[in-house]
Amino acid sequence: MKLVIIAGPPSAGKTSLTKQIVKAFHPDLKIAYLKIDVVKAYEDIELQKEFQVLTKKIYSGDLCPDHAEVMVMGEAIQWAENNHADLFIVESAGLCLRCSPYLNQGLGIVVLSSIAGIHAPEKMGAMVALADIAVVTKIDLVSQAEREVLIQKIKDVHPGIILLETNALQGTSLNRLYELIKNSPPIDQKTLMLKGNPPLGTCTICVGKKEIGWKYHFGIVKKLDGLAAEYLYRGE
Amino acid sequence: MIKELTILPGKDKNANRENFDQITIQAGETISIVGPTGSGKTAFITDIELLAQGDTATKRRILINGKIPREEVRYDPAQKPIAMITQNTKCFADLSVEDFLSVHARARKIRSKKIINDTIELANKFTGEKIKPHYKVTVLSGGQTRSLLIADALLIGAAPIILLDEIENAGIFKQEVIEIIQNTSKIIIFVTHDPVIALLTKKRLIMGTGAVKKILCQNESETGAAQNLLELDRKMGVIRENLRAGFEITNELLNVSFA
Ligand SMILES: Nc1ncnc2c1ncn2[C@@H]1O[C@H](COP(=O)(O)OP(=O)(O)OP(=O)(O)O)[C@@H](O)[C@H]1O
Ligand SMILES: Nc1nc2c(ncn2[C@@H]2O[C@H](COP(=O)(O)OP(=O)(O)O)[C@@H](O)[C@H]2O)c(=O)[nH]1
Ligand SMILES: [Mg+2]
Ligand SMILES: [Mg+2]
Ligand SMILES: [Zn+2]
Repeated sequence: MKLVIIAGPPSAGKTSLTKQIVKAFHPDLKIAYLKIDVVKAYEDIELQKEFQVLTKKIYSGDLCPDHAEVMVMGEAIQWAENNHADLFIVESAGLCLRCSPYLNQGLGIVVLSSIAGIHAPEKMGAMVALADIAVVTKIDLVSQAEREVLIQKIKDVHPGIILLETNALQGTSLNRLYELIKNSPPIDQKTLMLKGNPPLGTCTICVGKKEIGWKYHFGIVKKLDGLAAEYLYRGE
Repeated sequence: MIKELTILPGKDKNANRENFDQITIQAGETISIVGPTGSGKTAFITDIELLAQGDTATKRRILINGKIPREEVRYDPAQKPIAMITQNTKCFADLSVEDFLSVHARARKIRSKKIINDTIELANKFTGEKIKPHYKVTVLSGGQTRSLLIADALLIGAAPIILLDEIENAGIFKQEVIEIIQNTSKIIIFVTHDPVIALLTKKRLIMGTGAVKKILCQNESETGAAQNLLELDRKMGVIRENLRAGFEITNELLNVSFA
């Protein structure tokens, strides 16, 4: 089974891209789809209605959605395998910018919208830096010059990334992506690992203490305007 | 070297095959694309810009010098031989004009620093109110944005194939643009509703329901008509500029203009 993990901020065009991928491979490949989101998601229902692909969704609730993904991915892959899927597509919630949901196998795709702002690639950290492929969407809404400026900014963050541009509503110029998916080798469940190091951090805020100000908190807490040496602060 | 550009037929909006074998455009040729709104003009030049290989809504395919372009040419701006000016009149990048241009120059692998000022200077020839290097591109007006993007396409895009989508709608000085792009060794394709531009190009493609319906070559009486229209357009321009500058239009001015 092939694996494709799609990440990117909300409304970047992840679902639109997923639909194009499904259109390109359905029914030659049996496709399974997992949507991970925080509170609400409709993607699975849409995809099921439109293409009758196998779908599942999970809500991460209080947990960081990328952290939730790590926990459920094993079972999810088993579910897809049990259903004899040839291609398993995972759409992340794309909210946590410290984590990245990509695994050491399959393809990691980051989706960025042309109109999300020129500094988005820098702000998105690991989500861009650890992706194999960047797909820039909504190119129908901006000028060629602006597209090329955004591409340059993505390359600044990740020089080796494979860059593609598309109008995801029409699926324009995605042949190369389909080739990359076609040629991506099947995953081996036993050796699947996270690509990046998830940031660790538990503190009194994580567990729900609501007081404001560092003196109420302990754990790993950053002070506003702290010096570099005081970057990680242990409260009293 | 780009010697020719070939467009292979795709399908119209009703999925009928387009009625031509291939369209070949030689270096130095100017083409106009005309047709009603929604007829697929922008889609046609977007296919060229994307070097489509059957993977756009129209299913057209584009060849350069008779061959399918290499993948890098499709996906790396520094290698793309095409500059396109779209109908967009907004930039979303939170950058100053000079930063925007310098990142774009970097994307196109241009080292010269001078190009930034040259581009702003050229843009200011097209536009009324001057653009300053430190302005954010997000605050430029529609006309200023398009002037900047046209100058950018000519100097930083500096490509052998230039695609222009309805530049006449930008409220910019059309005559200046035409002057710069006439007598060129480039392939220049205008999408236009403007009869002057349409008559000045060597070939005309007429679009309908998403397909090329007809291909016409400029004839001699059309070149004559174009010259007359150009003169008329210049006169209109004088009156337009007087109006814009807040002058009253006198009989005298009309006589000078339209005598
Ligand atoms: N051959 C085609 N098959 C399917 N869809 C098409 C085709 N040609 C154009 N379209 C779609 O039709 C719509 C209108 O086309 P387009 O924007 O190119 O029109 P236009 O001639 O540029 O109009 P305007 O003068 O208003 O700018 C677009 O959504 C475009 O993607
Ligand atoms: N014009 C345009 N709109 C797009 C494009 N891609 C996505 N959209 C629109 O952007 C919105 C968000 O897209 P969606 O795929 O749901 O984003 P997601 O939240 O990342 O899954 C929807 O309204 C889409 O129709 C594109 O390439 N061009
Ligand atoms: Mg979605
Ligand atoms: Mg158009
Ligand atoms: Zn996280």
